[in-house]
Amino acid sequence: MARSSAPGFLISSFVLIAAFLLAFTVGRYPVSLSDLFAVIAAKLTGHAPHVAPAVENVIWQVRGPRIIAASLVGAALAVAGTAFQGLFRNPLVSPDILGASSGAALGAVLGIFISLGEFAIQAMAFAGGLVAVASVYAVGSAVRARDPVLVLVLAGVVIGALLGAGVGLLKYLADPYNQLPAMTFWLLGSLAAIGPSDLMPLFGPVALGTLTLFALRWRMNVMSLPDEEARALGVPTGPLRIAIVAAATLVTSASVATAGIIGWVGLVVPHIARTLVGPDFGRLIPAAALIGGGFLLLIDTLARTAAAVEIPLGILTALLGTPFFIWLLTNVAKSWSTE
Amino acid sequence: MTLSGRDLTIGYNDRVVGTRLDISLKTGEVLALLGPNGGGKTTLLKTLLGLLPPKGGEVELGGRPLASYTSRERARRIAYVPQSHTATFAFTVETVVLMGRTVHGSLFNRPTATDRVVAARMLERFGIAHLANRPSTQISGGERQLALLARALAQEPQFVVLDEPTASLDFGNQGRVMHEIRTLGRSGHGVLFTTHDPNHAMRAADHAFLLRQGARIADGDVRSVLTRERLEALYGAKLAVFQDRDSGESAFLPE
Repeated sequence: MARSSAPGFLISSFVLIAAFLLAFTVGRYPVSLSDLFAVIAAKLTGHAPHVAPAVENVIWQVRGPRIIAASLVGAALAVAGTAFQGLFRNPLVSPDILGASSGAALGAVLGIFISLGEFAIQAMAFAGGLVAVASVYAVGSAVRARDPVLVLVLAGVVIGALLGAGVGLLKYLADPYNQLPAMTFWLLGSLAAIGPSDLMPLFGPVALGTLTLFALRWRMNVMSLPDEEARALGVPTGPLRIAIVAAATLVTSASVATAGIIGWVGLVVPHIARTLVGPDFGRLIPAAALIGGGFLLLIDTLARTAAAVEIPLGILTALLGTPFFIWLLTNVAKSWSTE
Repeated sequence: MTLSGRDLTIGYNDRVVGTRLDISLKTGEVLALLGPNGGGKTTLLKTLLGLLPPKGGEVELGGRPLASYTSRERARRIAYVPQSHTATFAFTVETVVLMGRTVHGSLFNRPTATDRVVAARMLERFGIAHLANRPSTQISGGERQLALLARALAQEPQFVVLDEPTASLDFGNQGRVMHEIRTLGRSGHGVLFTTHDPNHAMRAADHAFLLRQGARIADGDVRSVLTRERLEALYGAKLAVFQDRDSGESAFLPE
């Protein structure tokens, strides 16, 4: 039976807020909840807070940017996964299906290889993701076939493999003492180096892409039907597919450029969201954004507090994502498969 | 209004499926497309729907080439009822029907109150209003076919094109869909449907078009076209004819 989506939104908002409070308070430098509220209240009213300057520094300069980045990256990957799963009518699709991640990886690894600065490496990653998806799209469109969606996926697999080979080559050629660890660290995903200045390059593309997808939410319902059915319903599927792919690629590339490669979020979170609020994209996109944000924020908090050294995010999401996905496959299939 | 194909060559990129096909459908008329598997029924259907460009000849709608219509203009005039299938995502039956309203809204529009009223009327018309909030993946094949019909009519088209609307339905639901097709014709829609069963054509259609290996075998008034000899030739099988003593209607069964 169709359920109200209110409980689903309540749960996901609650998780996100709880993750926020937890992420601000735990860490090497503990911050109490009352300190946190005092600092935020002081910022809002313009007074100086009655806490140690170090606490203020931790909240605004260190943890704050990292928390915002984690929520944005999680939300972005979840929204992109939701869009791609709908577009490709396949619940096993993740945001890197069209090569956004492998393109970004090659861009970043190349940037590290030629010893670019941090910002230039991010820009290379961002551009790499866009270029990869554009080439996949060009190859997919050049092949005239009856099922354009399937051709696109196959082109993505092929070009992804080629880009993977490029990454492998650069790792092989890289200086094993300086460059290789940086490449490996980046490829496993991390938010450890996030500062306040990293937020705008992340927020801009993520907001633009997510709002575009949300504006197209009803058309995305129709786009999740077979191509011919959608066209018979009067939807120009060609241009709309480009718009959806472009928007989803924009948010994916921006998150990968900021945080490196973080798998599983874009695959698992859309399923949780669909279970909570149903398949209608009007509710699914906001729900996926909330859950994805909360999920990655919890993961990132775990990554920086669980051990003496930072654990790469990609490793944690895989450790948690794999069993969770197996559980999904065996139990919650009803949200997308047939009876 | 007329939907017609003139001297059509139909097929896909690398393959010609049928040649020299002339077919015409007026509003208020029901046309059944019959023929063995692989004969080009579905290809012809998709060409007339404007989903597949003809490789030769021209499809016209209301005296204008169908290719000159935008996808929006086309979908306001011709609706498609695909073969009933289970969807990937469990949209509710109401959402499925509302998708038929997409063509009446602009790019960023969501369904309006008017759209919901139209959808509710269609659900009512096909007797599936009680299923409105059920996931479309959890209803029976017959109910799903009716939901797809409701979606097509929510487009408010002049023509409805159905691909094997009775396939995979039980006996009772076959009759029900047949009845709906007749009703559509009487209410002024032009209806084109493919079927494997000549009896369904006899039941629901005014005209029949027989297609084998991409070539027209015969077309015209359903009762004069569907004779035992023609059908035996069409399907390459021996048939028996049964006649109802009261109504005089006849039915075919393969031997």
